[in-house]
Amino acid sequence: MSALFILIGFSLSLAIGFLVAFLWSVKSGQFDDDYTPSVRILFEQKQNNNSDKNKN
Amino acid sequence: MNKVESKQISKCYHCGENCIDSTIYFDKKEFCCEGCKTVYDLLSENDLCEYYDLNNKPGTSLKSGIRQNKFDYLDDIQVQQQIIQFSDGGISTAVFYVPQIHCSSCIYLLENLYKLKAGILRSNVNFQKRDVAITFDNKIITLREVVETMSIIGYEPKINLNDLERKEKRSHLSRYYLKIGIAFFAFGNMMLLSFPEYFGISSFAESNYRQFFGYMNFLLALPVTFYCASEFFVSAWNGIRHRVSNMDIPIALGIAVMFLRSSYEIFFTGGAGYFDTLGSLVLLMLIGRLFQNKSYDSMSFERDYKSYFPVSVTVVTNNEEKNIPLNKLKVGDTTLIRNEELIPADSILLSSEADIDYSFVTGESRPVHKSQGESIFAGGKIIGAAANFLVSKEVSHSYLTQLWNDESFEKDNNKTITTMATNVSRYFTPTVIIIAIAAFGYWINSDVDKAINAFTSMLIITCPCALALSSPFTFGNVIRILGRNKIYLKSAIVVEKVAKISAVVFDKTGTITDTKKSFVTFSGNPLSVQDYALIKSLVRHSSHPLSKKIYEFLPETTIINTQDFKEITGKGIEGWIDETHVKVGSAKFVGIETRASDDLSSIVHVSFDKNYKGYFSVKNVYRVGFDAVIQVLKAKFKVFILSGDNAAERQHLSQYIDDDQLIFNQSPTDKLKFMKTHQSTGMNIMMVGDGLNDAGALRQANVGISISDDVNNFSPACDAIIDASQFKNIPKLIQFSLNAKTIVFISFVISIAYNILGTFFAVQGTMSPLIAAILMPISSVTILLFTTLSTILIGKRMGLG
Repeated sequence: MSALFILIGFSLSLAIGFLVAFLWSVKSGQFDDDYTPSVRILFEQKQNNNSDKNKN
Repeated sequence: MNKVESKQISKCYHCGENCIDSTIYFDKKEFCCEGCKTVYDLLSENDLCEYYDLNNKPGTSLKSGIRQNKFDYLDDIQVQQQIIQFSDGGISTAVFYVPQIHCSSCIYLLENLYKLKAGILRSNVNFQKRDVAITFDNKIITLREVVETMSIIGYEPKINLNDLERKEKRSHLSRYYLKIGIAFFAFGNMMLLSFPEYFGISSFAESNYRQFFGYMNFLLALPVTFYCASEFFVSAWNGIRHRVSNMDIPIALGIAVMFLRSSYEIFFTGGAGYFDTLGSLVLLMLIGRLFQNKSYDSMSFERDYKSYFPVSVTVVTNNEEKNIPLNKLKVGDTTLIRNEELIPADSILLSSEADIDYSFVTGESRPVHKSQGESIFAGGKIIGAAANFLVSKEVSHSYLTQLWNDESFEKDNNKTITTMATNVSRYFTPTVIIIAIAAFGYWINSDVDKAINAFTSMLIITCPCALALSSPFTFGNVIRILGRNKIYLKSAIVVEKVAKISAVVFDKTGTITDTKKSFVTFSGNPLSVQDYALIKSLVRHSSHPLSKKIYEFLPETTIINTQDFKEITGKGIEGWIDETHVKVGSAKFVGIETRASDDLSSIVHVSFDKNYKGYFSVKNVYRVGFDAVIQVLKAKFKVFILSGDNAAERQHLSQYIDDDQLIFNQSPTDKLKFMKTHQSTGMNIMMVGDGLNDAGALRQANVGISISDDVNNFSPACDAIIDASQFKNIPKLIQFSLNAKTIVFISFVISIAYNILGTFFAVQGTMSPLIAAILMPISSVTILLFTTLSTILIGKRMGLG
């Protein structure tokens, strides 16, 4: 039955991991603006410099 | 030269406006003005033409042009410090409010500013707040150059006094997101750990797992109680200290007892405790708080005159022009105010004449003509030629701005209103405590354990979670539904305030009249098609509001070239068209005697080659649905009209409203006083206004509603902003608020019924954690569903979809 202790430990640390990720996302302002990023992703990245190599 | 252009009017490729004066052809595209062409040229040079691909004709018209030294004040170190948010010497970041942002093209262009100007490193648009954060290199580019770059492409940031004084407010909602995240995490895990308890697994009860699970629950409950629920304790403590009853007192009491009793059970009696219930309650209540505090990001309900006034003003000393910050402006200074600029302080006109547009203040868009020596109130905008003024009063003590020195701007209106929830809690808390003590007294002689059990169970089970959720969810939903209909309320409490009103007061100009539309008639010799063409060709050159209205009024005709066009400020316009000398303007200007009865500001005379043809009369029209609104409101409330104008419209308005409820010639301070005197007789007033002259009345009124043609732009401090097109829905706003109040009342009844059921278990001293874990969340969820569904249903039925 001691497997239960280990499993609870696993599940809690997993959940804590998600919690930390969520707290970080709030702190870094990802919830401040929920509209602009949806538009931003649609802009084409046509640049003249060489950073455009992976585009086919 | 009788060249008649008969081509159809083309639309500008950049801004989409009609090319009225002349069309510039460039790169196979049509532009209305040099400014628009320049922007296109600049963007195509820098390979930013995606701007035009994303949206059709996304630009802003640049006809008015940008004055050379307009942004000189940005070189002032003090001003810079106020605008720049972060600077490490080399790199600076500033956030600008740019109300022009309206589509994805705007985002695209502003985020690609770095391609246009060296030194700009990064820019980040927040569409909902209409602002852009720009990071730039101080060594390469100055703040002024950044702002100038933005202005050149048509995105001139709005920089005003208020923004400078305002401290950067972090989104207050992110705190709730954090708390809700933690509460949700803790609640989920606590529930999992409590499952064995729920199912009453017998082997579990004896095992040492029970102890272990209890300790885990205790650990998880710590952040919930001490961090997530902290605001309930703070608010309850404030309530006790100020001896005002509020809903947070029983909530805090419930949470505290729940925490203490559960800890005791886990550590000393080997019980299970109520931590899972605690978690679910705190989570639900935080969601309610979030709902209550959600507001409109892009809108400001707190503007005072400082939001309208410029940051700097041009002062002339010894024939030298200098831009100084507005707060350094002194009595006796000579200011130079240019076209479209605002007069910041009461002054005396030094130039021979000037046209002043007081639409900010009164809502009336027709300019007022003033001549030398007249005193001018602050708040007007100069139209046309620049003029000099002698400052006669300080900015903060001018006729208009002194309104904000009134005491009504100091107190917080929301503190004085007692909400329904507060009223209920006044009886709720004592009742709960009395029953708890009675149960304790009943059991104490026979069974001490049971007595304590009954006492604490009572406080736990009656924790008014569902009760506290009733108003936030109902009113939050009402706000959301109204928001979809372009009626924007500042906060949930406004709904309750609207439901209490007994009188409605309207401002006249700009509120019940529609400044965009007008009723134009022509009196005199009937005009021929050729005459129409002559007049229309002339007035299209003028930007005067009356010219624009006449232009719109006249039927479509061919447009003929005008020679020698002249616009004389305050008098009229003239020009040679098709060898006819056309004059349009005041009576004196076209050379006839004035009849005294004429309302001069709205009569425009016309003459051809000194032959008088007649006059246009331009009248205000009332907003769509005005009479219906008045009819509905009159049936239930006292309706007043409070106008700053003279009584010219009295006769017309008296067919809608009793004569003694029409009050004219009211100064901004008079309007404020009107509110105060009528409130002292017990009236609950809703004020509907628009301009800055209503600001005092809007503030003093129980509910201040501001009507605005552009909700993101101009509106004085108020409780609600209504898009002008929704004027006809004002009665629906009131009716919906009344209905919402009924919904809240019914949910109070439901949640109290749940509490009575809980009390039944609690006083017997046998309440198990399982009952609490089922009963309490279920009551909250019932309320949540009931309030949400009923508000949606009623909204639909009222046609508010």
